[in-house]
Amino acid sequence: MTSQSKRSLIKLAGWSSLAAAAALVGCGKKEEAPAAAPAAPAPVAAASAPEPAKAEPLKIAFAYVGPVGDGGWTFAHDNARKAVEKQFGDKVVTSFVEKVPEAADAERVFRDMAGQGNKLIFGTTFGYMEPMLKVAADLKDVKFEHATGYKQADNMRTYDSRTYEGAYMAGVIAGGMTKSNTLGVVGSIPIPEVIRNINSFTLGAQSVNPKIKTKVVWVNEWFNPPKETEAAQSLINGGADILFQNTDSSAVLQTAAKNKKFAFGWDSDMTAYAPDAHLASSVINWGPYYIKATQDALDGKWKGGEASWWGVKEGAIDIVSISDKVPAELKAKVDAVKAGLKDGSFVIWKGPIVGSDDKEVLKKDEVADDKWLGGVKFYVKGVEGKVPGDK
Amino acid sequence: MEGFALLLAATFNAGTVLAIAALGLLINERAGIVNLGAEGLMLVAAIAGFATAATTGNDWLAFAAGAGAGALLAALFGILVIWLNTNQYATGLALSLFGTGFSAFVGIKYTQAKLSERPHFEIPGLADIPFIGPAMFRQHPMVYLAVLLTIALAWFLYRSRAGLVLRAVGESPESAHALGYPVRRIRLLAVMVGGALCGVAGAYISVIYTPLWVEGMIAGKGWIALALTTFATWRPARVLLGAYLFGGVTMLQFHLQGEGVQVPSQFLTMLPYLATIVVLVLISRNANFIKVNMPASIGKPFFPGS
Repeated sequence: MTSQSKRSLIKLAGWSSLAAAAALVGCGKKEEAPAAAPAAPAPVAAASAPEPAKAEPLKIAFAYVGPVGDGGWTFAHDNARKAVEKQFGDKVVTSFVEKVPEAADAERVFRDMAGQGNKLIFGTTFGYMEPMLKVAADLKDVKFEHATGYKQADNMRTYDSRTYEGAYMAGVIAGGMTKSNTLGVVGSIPIPEVIRNINSFTLGAQSVNPKIKTKVVWVNEWFNPPKETEAAQSLINGGADILFQNTDSSAVLQTAAKNKKFAFGWDSDMTAYAPDAHLASSVINWGPYYIKATQDALDGKWKGGEASWWGVKEGAIDIVSISDKVPAELKAKVDAVKAGLKDGSFVIWKGPIVGSDDKEVLKKDEVADDKWLGGVKFYVKGVEGKVPGDK
Repeated sequence: MEGFALLLAATFNAGTVLAIAALGLLINERAGIVNLGAEGLMLVAAIAGFATAATTGNDWLAFAAGAGAGALLAALFGILVIWLNTNQYATGLALSLFGTGFSAFVGIKYTQAKLSERPHFEIPGLADIPFIGPAMFRQHPMVYLAVLLTIALAWFLYRSRAGLVLRAVGESPESAHALGYPVRRIRLLAVMVGGALCGVAGAYISVIYTPLWVEGMIAGKGWIALALTTFATWRPARVLLGAYLFGGVTMLQFHLQGEGVQVPSQFLTMLPYLATIVVLVLISRNANFIKVNMPASIGKPFFPGS
């Protein structure tokens, strides 16, 4: 079959499904969703049936919450998008929309993306959960991937990375490097993911230095550099000599540099922002997952309703660019943790673990499962203060 | 004690931004013009300053660029409201929105730029005094310049002839006009000087305070500066004190959190505005007080010859 006739076949299939959908509109809203579902996949089936001629590329779209130049969270997602392009070449066409607010606008953006012919759509922040769910229910022929959420559908699945593993490894370095035994964390929004990171950072530090105390300051935003600066400054004023952050910019690292203290990069490698203050960067590599998801979609093996949570083992989390200031034996400890996480011989959340109220949250040798980890709403012993909103 | 000294130091630093911008707005308002575009103006100045610092590596050139950008934008605003008599409040709001969008647009390629290592300042000798040294004498020169600016402005407004003319223009443009003063040109000059000061404050944020560029990074400080002029009842010294007070509240919320004290940061964020409303209510209750302090022609257009 020539590519000419194939294209007209696709066109025909497209028009017929459109006509079918148009006919259904008259039947009333209730019937539309289930009836449209079988009609819609027609063009996809037509495209993948005869392989030899050049297949229509799979169109993939990404919605980012920040600017691609944030140097952190969104930057990491965009690097993964580029990895997908590199891996699949002309089999895919990717596009992105940056700075999509976590509000009603997101829904419109997802609909636009689908309207432009994208068949695989990634939403890269928690707040897209409800808008994406809504759009997914209407557009059954589009596959949706939502980062860090917990709601799935037939054509929507979730993925996340075990950022706490990176936080733990950063903690090991911080615990070995601190002189004041006081660490500071600039927290973004007090949700389990972030609280888990603060706890894991502290547990990592305590694994090499039991005297560790962690101070936490919340800024209630993911991205507000002046606020992050002020929060970081107040932690340093309070005696913290090593900072860690779960916010998206490099402001905390730069504030540490200004005060001749140390800090870490988060989400992306931030060495370049402050080479002297930078101890290491805990990075997320979304590439492996994005490549797998794309492969699934190309092979027709993509299945909704699933949840993936990838960590060091799958190559999604790593600690990189460890500073020369970190002594070799400390580096060896980090490497041991990394190797243990990789082969599964080491588990971070394994009892005994004690909460900040001195109550045991995990008994000896008890291992936390993912559900338990998803509900962490307390500080471990050594973290000062209370979780906001906790009475 | 050490912690308290550092809290004070951070307070002075945070207050300086607000003080410089608010002193600029005070000059505007003393001449009878309210510029609600402060936030947008500061954003444009912040990117102008950051871009200059990133390309030349000179912070003082960056401040100059910020001041220039601020003055230029303020001049545009001035021509609109002074000669074309557009509504000051609507024009100011439009300027604010324009500045937010424009700065984001021209700043795209600077979002990941880095400045050279930030210099560390301290005054030799004084910086080593226990408590006072770390609290006051390890600051960027701009922190001290803000204090000097306050003194200079107070002197200018109340002790110099030019200041008297400026106040006259703000109190009664008709009288000033009758005496032969070029009211509109004086107002434009005041607006431009005010814009330049807002610009310096904006550049201070992107070059010194948080040395990076992100769109919207002024994050409401322009609005706080506007509230501050009212809070300070249009007095320079009170502006400076108010700026330190508001700056202190900002720093205190994080400091308290670090000490494990539970204060919702959202509550503290709204405090400056709440304080301003309280002051407005208080001064409105006393007619004399308003008469003494509030420029009588504030916000009103002036038509020469009418």
